[in-house]
Amino acid sequence: MARKIGEVILDLRHISLSFGGVKALTDISFDVREHEIRAIIGPNGAGKSSMLNVINGVYRPQQGEIIFQGEHRKDMDTHAAAAAGIARTFQNIALFKGMTVLDNLMTGRNLKMRCNFLQHALWWGPAQREELEHRRKVEEIIDFLEIEHIRKTPVGRLPYGLQKRVELGRALAAEPKMLLLDEPMAGMNVEEKQDMCRFILDVNDQFGTTIVLIEHDMGVVMDISDRVVVLDYGRKIADGTPDEVKNDPEVIAAYLGTQH
Amino acid sequence: MTVAGAGEQPVKLDTFPRLLLAHARERGERPAIREKDLGIWQSWTWAEAAREVRAIACGLAELGFKRGDRLGIIGDNRPRLYWSMCAAQMLGGIPVPMYQDAVAQEMVFVLQDAGIHIAVVEDQEQVDKLIEVKDQCPELQHIIYDDPRGLRHYTQTFLHGLDEVVAAGRIHDQNQPDFIEQEVALGRAEDTAIMLYTSGTTGKPKGVCQTHGALIAAARGGCAFDGLNETDEVLSYLPMAWVGDNLFSYAQALVAGFTVNCPESGDTVMTDMREIGPTMYFAPPRVFENMLTQVMIRMEDAGALKRRMFHYFMEVARRCGADILDGKPVPFADRLRYALGEVLVYGPLRNVLGMSRIRVAYTAGAAIGPDLFRFYRSIGINLKQFYGQTETCAYVCLQPDRQIKFDSVGPPAPGVEVKIADNGEILVRGPMLLKEYYKRPDATAEAIDAEGYFKTGDAGFIDEDGHLKIIDRAKDVGRLKNGAMFAPNYIENKLKFFPYIKEAVAFGHDREMVCAFINIDMGAVGNWAERRGIPYAGYTDLAGKPEVYQLIQECVEKVNAELAHDAMVAATQVHRFLILHKELDPDDDELTRTRKVRRGFIAEKYAVLIDALYGGKASQYIETEVKFEDGRKGKVAAELVIRDVKTFPAVQGRAA
Repeated sequence: MARKIGEVILDLRHISLSFGGVKALTDISFDVREHEIRAIIGPNGAGKSSMLNVINGVYRPQQGEIIFQGEHRKDMDTHAAAAAGIARTFQNIALFKGMTVLDNLMTGRNLKMRCNFLQHALWWGPAQREELEHRRKVEEIIDFLEIEHIRKTPVGRLPYGLQKRVELGRALAAEPKMLLLDEPMAGMNVEEKQDMCRFILDVNDQFGTTIVLIEHDMGVVMDISDRVVVLDYGRKIADGTPDEVKNDPEVIAAYLGTQH
Repeated sequence: MTVAGAGEQPVKLDTFPRLLLAHARERGERPAIREKDLGIWQSWTWAEAAREVRAIACGLAELGFKRGDRLGIIGDNRPRLYWSMCAAQMLGGIPVPMYQDAVAQEMVFVLQDAGIHIAVVEDQEQVDKLIEVKDQCPELQHIIYDDPRGLRHYTQTFLHGLDEVVAAGRIHDQNQPDFIEQEVALGRAEDTAIMLYTSGTTGKPKGVCQTHGALIAAARGGCAFDGLNETDEVLSYLPMAWVGDNLFSYAQALVAGFTVNCPESGDTVMTDMREIGPTMYFAPPRVFENMLTQVMIRMEDAGALKRRMFHYFMEVARRCGADILDGKPVPFADRLRYALGEVLVYGPLRNVLGMSRIRVAYTAGAAIGPDLFRFYRSIGINLKQFYGQTETCAYVCLQPDRQIKFDSVGPPAPGVEVKIADNGEILVRGPMLLKEYYKRPDATAEAIDAEGYFKTGDAGFIDEDGHLKIIDRAKDVGRLKNGAMFAPNYIENKLKFFPYIKEAVAFGHDREMVCAFINIDMGAVGNWAERRGIPYAGYTDLAGKPEVYQLIQECVEKVNAELAHDAMVAATQVHRFLILHKELDPDDDELTRTRKVRRGFIAEKYAVLIDALYGGKASQYIETEVKFEDGRKGKVAAELVIRDVKTFPAVQGRAA
């Protein structure tokens, strides 16, 4: 692999998050380097999705500090996160079901649109040029994800695996620096998983996008990620390369249970 | 016979490179080829295409490609692959297109047999396959890829991007500007223009060498016959390794100068077709069948009013549509109804199918069901059958306008002689015959007799109007124990005319009765099951449902009733059948790449099922290994039910 892993781009320090009396995350610290694929794993309820939500500002941690691209913050703001180049996909697909694949991908370009509402309504001059430019970008993503045949199909009519791919496309349309993927392969069959793995690796390789993903399929995680952080009951129990994590006794205990 | 401006040229246009250069001169600004890229149709004019071909040819020469060398070509229908084909011909080389969906191991034979040094392939997928088998093909020295995606980290020195090759070619062309002209001038009509490997229904594939002269003769004949000219548009989506694609998308395009359109991907063909609106279209019967199935499925889901309108006007079309197309007398009232139907149903339907501009559509390769054929003709699409093989440039018989018969393939095409041998085999002679089988003088001698007739291996006869009728492959025609003639294809085709049956294999040679394997059509039967609320988990599960068995049994009984009407075949009604637990697949060697049933192989592989059919068992357990597209293997197992079918006494009096 010619891909070069760079400096730390996102550093999370001593993050704690609780909902009322429930502690979702307790004192978690880890970092993400530029261009790497970073996996977050852990049993159900370990706090993985909460962690992603902290990164892109949906949840505000009570304690801790987030340093994104050298900027210190107490918490993220969803808009700031998106503007800074963090895009994400969701565990339960968040697309406009009645709209076509093309239109859904165009919504991903929302933040990049510069003309105002009136200009777009008239579709005149700069607005027209701008839309053509966005359309070209979206077509590149369609080509990249090999979804030409469903370009004009409403998303709701597509099978699950393809919807997941469209969602990835929607996130890619924002040309993100960092991509957060919440269980991109949940509910897929082997072939669909293979396709998705290939797309994730290609995104990482061709666009240099940093990827943080949550995934349950251990085979997938161990295959594609550079480093893995393991959560259990809101605590970090391991952090390292797939091989290190695989052999960590605490991780084995968390997944297989301890001997009594 | 003059064809589309080709007549008055001083230089004899007898090779494809000369044709290309002539088009670049005469109609340089007209579109030669289009491809949809990033959602937008890009076109190249004849002048641009000629420049690209020239650059590729020079680039190939830089890599050491010489006169007489074979150039492997693997991929979907892409402009640059067609150009590479022409570039090889420019240098006096022989392009060898291969089926792009073949697994790596299947390519080894052709790569070795043709002794390929250089291969031009579409993308990473094909590059990976060739790298996998490169050790088995020591002669393979260079692999050139069209699409660089995913190949950035490949460091092998034998890999070259087509862009690099073209760039090197341009420099070469500047340094030796006369090189290409000299090479083109050396080309002769009797040089081999292309090698196409036969699908190999039996034994190893053979490389069929076709000359420039043969292909151009076939293309000129076909273009003149149906008046194809430079304004025509064709969609090229069938495998480049297949002779039909070579004739329609390459030879005819270069003879008539029309535009070839390459779809975005295999999955988008329907959409692309609607956008392009081709004026000439070719598809094997199975594609026409799929389209009709799609239409019918969507009509079932449409509102009641639309459905009634559709069925009413389809009935009108069935009654008089084909006759109107053939210019036969039709009652005035029906004409009026048809005109209304044209506005309300047929026109919009043709539009949805992307067939609004079709002047002529062809089908061949397998028998087409009379209902299916009639459907397309009745909605105003001039669908015709033709007959031909790889060895005859797919050019033997063609149906002329207004003389369409559902069960014949038409009279011999211009320049072709057809003769029936004593054993019923069809023999043909003409300028379109193959030069030879590559490195197989034995096979060549066997296929062409002393008088120059090619033995097609098909059995047939010529009817009273001089039209050729095909019955079956000559070698497949067998006899039952009681001596009755058994033509398996004939029975299988009748079965396959039902939308629910995708594939059928009939057995009966040297047996006391006919039995059959059936493959259900997943789309049609799946939809049928869904509408009846029958749950199923996949092909194997659906195929085993008693309701599905009942459905198929009714189809088989209808076929038996039809067979009973014809004294020739009344004895070969299907007595027992079973539905296979897996779909027959070329990856498992059960079908050829052109999707013809490999009878002998199937009989051997499923011997236990055949024994069960003839042994009177009510069911049989079977476990089968299947190969997936990526080369992995898996197992499918099931307990297959065997059903007895009602047969009918032969109806006397209608015997031919």
